[in-house]
Amino acid sequence: MQPSQSSRRILKPVRSWFIVLTLFVALLLNLIPLGSFPGVPDWVALTLIFWCMHQPQRIGMGAAFMFGLAMDVLDSSIMGQHALAYVALAYVAAGISRRVLWFPLWQQALHVMALMLATQGVMLLARLLTGAQYPGMLWFLSSVTAALLWNPVTHLLLTPQFRPEDKDFNRPI
Amino acid sequence: MSVAGGATPPFFRRGPPPLVRLCFFASLSVILLVIDLRFRTLEWARLSVTTAAWPLQRIAYLPIDTTETLAGFFTRMSTLQAANEELRRRQLTNTHVLLRQNHLEEENKRLRALLDMRERLPVEGRVADILYAARDPFSRRVIIDKGIQHGIAAGQAVVDDLGIIGQVTRVFPLTAEVSLLTDKDQAISVQVERNGLRAVMAGVGASTMELRFLAANAEVQVGDLLTTSGLDGLYLPGLPVAKITKIDRDNSFAFARISCEPLAGVERHGLVLVLGNRLALPAVPEDAVVAVESPMRGKRIKKKIR
Repeated sequence: MQPSQSSRRILKPVRSWFIVLTLFVALLLNLIPLGSFPGVPDWVALTLIFWCMHQPQRIGMGAAFMFGLAMDVLDSSIMGQHALAYVALAYVAAGISRRVLWFPLWQQALHVMALMLATQGVMLLARLLTGAQYPGMLWFLSSVTAALLWNPVTHLLLTPQFRPEDKDFNRPI
Repeated sequence: MSVAGGATPPFFRRGPPPLVRLCFFASLSVILLVIDLRFRTLEWARLSVTTAAWPLQRIAYLPIDTTETLAGFFTRMSTLQAANEELRRRQLTNTHVLLRQNHLEEENKRLRALLDMRERLPVEGRVADILYAARDPFSRRVIIDKGIQHGIAAGQAVVDDLGIIGQVTRVFPLTAEVSLLTDKDQAISVQVERNGLRAVMAGVGASTMELRFLAANAEVQVGDLLTTSGLDGLYLPGLPVAKITKIDRDNSFAFARISCEPLAGVERHGLVLVLGNRLALPAVPEDAVVAVESPMRGKRIKKKIR
C-alpha cells in the first residue's frame, strides 16, 4: 500500500480517463438529492483535493473551475460560487501537496479538513456578501465527514495504480 | 539540449505559473458571480447544462426513488386503511361545499354582471410532485417534476392542500424550481383575515416568516390567520398563508417584530398544485407612479419583490 510518500512501494502511472471518471462519479454522488441533511460530504471537492495532491501535473485549476461551474448549475446556486471555491482549493492543494503527502494518512486528513473548511468559508463569504441566509453551524459538519473519508477514498482511488505484490528479496523495492 | 539563454525544453514547459492561473480563474468566477446576481443573463447556460445533465440527475435520483418505493411497499395495511378512512371522511365533509360551489359561482357571475364588474376567470391548476429539496444550503427551494413542457412558467404560485407553499422561480424543460415562502428572498403580500390589515411577509428561513413594516401598535394578535391579499398580482386573493406565532412589541423600534409559521407543509414533501397565471392587474395610473417614485429619486432603489 502506498497511501503516503514515505511508503516504499512504487505505483504504476495513473490513467487520465480514470481521473475524469472518478470526478464524474463524484459529481453524480453530489447530485443525490439528500436535501439539507447535515454531514453529507462534498464528493467533488474531496476528489479534486485527492487528484490535485497526487497528480498536480494532470489536474489543476482548469478542471476545478469546470467542475465548479457544473456544481453551480446542478446545485441551483449562484454561478461562480463553487467555481471560485474549487479554484482556490485546487491552488492550495497543489501547493501543499509535496509536503502533505509525506505525512501519515490521519495527519493528511487533518490537512484535508482545514482545506474543506476553507472552501466552505469561501462559499459562505460569497453568498453572505450577496445577501443569502446563514445555513447554520451544522453545515460545516460535511468537512469533518470528508476528513474522516480521506483514508478510504485514498485507498480506493489508488487501487488501479498498485502493482501485484511479489516479494523479491534481491530487489528490496 | 538546453543552452543558457535558449528556449526552454518542452519538459519544463508547464504553462503560466500557478498564481497567474489562480488570479485568472478566480477573477473569471467573480465576474460570473456578478453577472449572475446583477444582470441575471446566465439563465440560458443554466437551462442548457441542466438539460444536458438530465440523465445524470435521473441516475442520481434512483437511490432515493428506490428507497421511497421500498418504503411504500412495506407500508402496513393498517396505516393504509387509516389513511383511506381519513380521506373518505374529509371528502364527505367537503362534499356540501363542493356541491354548492357551482351554484355559488353562477350566482357570483350574475351578481358581478349586475354590478358591471370584471368577471373573475377561473384559474386552472396542475398537479406536480416535489422531487427533492435543492442542495443549496443558503436558500430554501424545492424541485418539482413538471416543467416548461407541462406549461409551467416562472412566477406561478404553488399551493398544497393547506395553503401556499411558494412560487415557481426557475423553469427547466422537465422540472421547475420552487422558492419556498421561508426563503430569504421570497416576499408575499398578505392581509390579516380578522380585520383586513395588509402587510408584507418575508421568509427568514428555518420554517419561519416575518411580517414586516407593521407599526409597534398594529392591531394583530398571536394566532391571527394571514391570507393573500392579491395586491401583488401574483397570488389569488384569499389563499391561507400563515399563522402569527409571536409578537414582540418593543417601543424602541418603529416596527413590531412579528413571527409567523406557514400553514402549508412548506418543509414537507408531497403533491402540490401549481396554479396557472393570474390575469394581469389593471395598469397603475401614471400620476400614482410619479407620486410614489419621486421621494425615492436620488436614492438607491431597493430590489423589486420577486
